[in-house]
Amino acid sequence: METLNYRNKAQQRAKGSKRQVIVGVVASGNLEVLAERVLPDTDCEVDIRTAAEGFGEVWQAVVADFVERRSPGGLKFSINDGGARPDTVALRLAQAVSAIEGERT
Amino acid sequence: MNAAALDKSKDSNDASTSASSWYEASARQRVENLLDANSFNEFIGPELRETSPHLPLFDLPEQFDDGMIVGYGRLGGKPVLVAAQEGRFMGGAFGEIHGAKLTGLLRAARDIASLPVLILFDTGGVRLQEANAGELAIAEIMRALIEARLAGAPVVGLVGGRAGCYGGGGLIAGCCSALAVSEQGRISVSGPEVIETNRGVEEFDSKDRALVWRTMGGKHRRLIGGAEVFADDSVASFRDAAQYLIEHAPSMNLSTLEAEQFRLTQRIERFGTCADAIDIWRSLGATEPQRIPALSYREFAALANHLQEPRHDAR
Repeated sequence: METLNYRNKAQQRAKGSKRQVIVGVVASGNLEVLAERVLPDTDCEVDIRTAAEGFGEVWQAVVADFVERRSPGGLKFSINDGGARPDTVALRLAQAVSAIEGERT
Repeated sequence: MNAAALDKSKDSNDASTSASSWYEASARQRVENLLDANSFNEFIGPELRETSPHLPLFDLPEQFDDGMIVGYGRLGGKPVLVAAQEGRFMGGAFGEIHGAKLTGLLRAARDIASLPVLILFDTGGVRLQEANAGELAIAEIMRALIEARLAGAPVVGLVGGRAGCYGGGGLIAGCCSALAVSEQGRISVSGPEVIETNRGVEEFDSKDRALVWRTMGGKHRRLIGGAEVFADDSVASFRDAAQYLIEHAPSMNLSTLEAEQFRLTQRIERFGTCADAIDIWRSLGATEPQRIPALSYREFAALANHLQEPRHDAR
């Protein structure tokens, strides 16, 4: 198992008032994302535990792109990863933001 | 349940969610859509991160809820306790935490003594990485389930997930007050591959999907009286089934157990020499038993009600 942690600055606070949501499942090629509104409005943290070791650079790129696109200020994301591909990770992160902002999941 | 009762589905959720497939849904989606809208409150939610203490020893990923969701909510306006297994996380298998959450829920049901419990099974059995803790969990759950029933709480199992209901899950299902199963649901103890591995391919060919389904699938379980209600693969159908079974659950006492023992004795006398499920269906009175696997939900539910009245004793 490999543990990764990224802290980024976000342009805006994530919308809505939900305290937390969870999306996805830990299965082969899949992951779960727990999003919690626990940080200052300008901060975003992504905490990852993954079974696939040695992909830190890819995770960093996916997370940076995600924070840039969605601006999820105030949210901490905790990920349990079962070896998901980068596109699946990006979709799950986007799904988590949509869910906590109150859009349909 | 008879077809007429199923027809007048009075679902308060919107049509898109209630018509959605039970089989395809996640455990959280099932709970959310089964219960009255926004009524679910989770115990020991994922934010508490009560994960398995065993999986890290094997360098395996954890899930924040350990594949078991427990809580309370409302069904048709009435309070219920509910547990749901996520069949995609480690095959929905029982580990120490996963099992302890269900044990705790059932002990709460015992202490409250009036709230019904719904168990949304989706499991291959015990998680082999935590074998002893998982086996102990199964025993604790069965004890807690029986204690809850003795205290007067109906415990209803719903089976229609991708992992089926196998191993210790099959034993727990056997302890429930009543079960609803869909065609996709399978209920057994030893799974197809376990039987094949132990007894040989001549005994049971696990690659023969038709054989697996007609031996362990929902239609067969309904026909031999292992499940009281045959549900369609939709949230709405399982919702109706759950409400019906909570209303009609039998009490747990000595005469229930004696009736169960009597019916099991009769079953082995009646069907003990049958080589295949089709032989059993024929001796139940089905005129074209070979057509049963292809029957639609409505056709089959009508046939099952005609051949076999729902009975609330033996599995």
